[in-house]
Amino acid sequence: MFDHSQTEPGRERAKLEIRDLHKSFGALDVLKGVSLDAHDHDVISILGASGSGKSTFLRCINFLETPTRGSIALNGETIRTRLSPQGQQEPADGRQIEKMRARLAMVFQSFNLWSHMTLLENIIEGPIHVLGLGRKEAVERAEALLAKVGLHDRKTYYPAFLSGGQQQRGAIARALAMEPEIMLFDEPTSALDPELVGEVLNIIRALAEEGRTMIVVTHEIAFAREASNRVVFLRDGEIEEQGAPENVMAHPTSPHFERFLARARH
Amino acid sequence: MDAVVTYSPFVASGIRITVALSLLSLLVAVVLGLLGAWAKLSGSRAARQLAELYTTLIRGVPDLVLMLLLYFGGQMALNRLGAITGLWKHIELDTFTAGVLAIGFIFGSYMTETFRGAALAIPRGQIEAGLATGMSRPTLFRRIIWPQLVRHALPSFTNIWLTLMKATALVSVIGLEDLVYNGYAAGKATRMPFTFMFIVLMTYLAMTAISDLGLRWLDRRYSAHVRAERPA
Repeated sequence: MFDHSQTEPGRERAKLEIRDLHKSFGALDVLKGVSLDAHDHDVISILGASGSGKSTFLRCINFLETPTRGSIALNGETIRTRLSPQGQQEPADGRQIEKMRARLAMVFQSFNLWSHMTLLENIIEGPIHVLGLGRKEAVERAEALLAKVGLHDRKTYYPAFLSGGQQQRGAIARALAMEPEIMLFDEPTSALDPELVGEVLNIIRALAEEGRTMIVVTHEIAFAREASNRVVFLRDGEIEEQGAPENVMAHPTSPHFERFLARARH
Repeated sequence: MDAVVTYSPFVASGIRITVALSLLSLLVAVVLGLLGAWAKLSGSRAARQLAELYTTLIRGVPDLVLMLLLYFGGQMALNRLGAITGLWKHIELDTFTAGVLAIGFIFGSYMTETFRGAALAIPRGQIEAGLATGMSRPTLFRRIIWPQLVRHALPSFTNIWLTLMKATALVSVIGLEDLVYNGYAAGKATRMPFTFMFIVLMTYLAMTAISDLGLRWLDRRYSAHVRAERPA
């Protein structure tokens, strides 16, 4: 209901500043003015029923969807947009968006590993072809990350021969290989069989504990409560409630959020 | 047998023409096919409609009719256009260039559909993953789209290439001295039509067999990730 995201006094400027984000698909208004700040080491969980706009919100942050209105700034640098001849907002500088995306890694619901590359090739792809890292260095980095997500013995496998949990852990390693400033997770466990959710959540938890800055769209209430320092509840394209999980999740002021949490407990 | 030896350089020059014509037409067809597929999948309504017109028109008319039309009519149209715009003076298309353009133009429409289908078969999420990594459009195309496009397009591409190679025989009607033209002429001159046509037949068979081997090798190379065995 209220926008609490104005820069709080005493804190440095936010790493990521999202202001008044709107997104419409035709006549359908999916986002109706969402603002959010992410500071270093923030772990922000975005909750909401399906259709609340949470995935669209995440996809607007790295311009996989172009916001209809509103602005996004990373480290104080605002993404420049202009109006197309049809009156739609569009990116003014593709190169700027590419640079920004390279600093915001994204982990998708359906993993989206490149199917024509082995796991190792998936992980070195971005570092070599986007960051310009040497192959040897990229491979070293990838091997360390594969060991970290427990997939070192699977590095020569193509994605089709990996389980969903393994693919998602691989996708997390691929995101980490970019050494991103912020990681965006789009329902990273929603496409997994229940018995595989744990292995992926544990890795995301471990990343949160390392102090990585992350924005996580999730249905995992327990994860939101335990791993994040801020919870944002989206409803109908607006922020309905937000705050520290120990406060808002214990004592939600919004009846919708309360009901959402109650439903999720069962 | 002496006649065959005597005429072998003549037949060989026909083979050279056929091979060169096939390869160059293929190049034109691939370029047109990629452009056509890009147009069909683009956001521009005008581009989509133009590509739609191209494929509907070309695929619905016999190759021979188009070849004659493009050879005679294309030349006229080109010169009219030159006269109107004043950009060029009279252009005489030699039969080889005309053949390459006509065959390339015809088979470009089949390639358009092949590439369009292949592009649609690439999961959208993999393209988004490339974008989200910060890839530029050319990098995305080269590293993510192209390798998968080739794999999806290869079976249909193989068919089109074999058909194209055989369709080059049609250029003999516009007087280009390809394998068929020279084989036929040698057969007539020596009164050994069967012998020379048999040589022509075997030559086509050899060319398609070699292509088949090459394309199978490509298919194996680009399908490594979907083959049943697990890597070591």
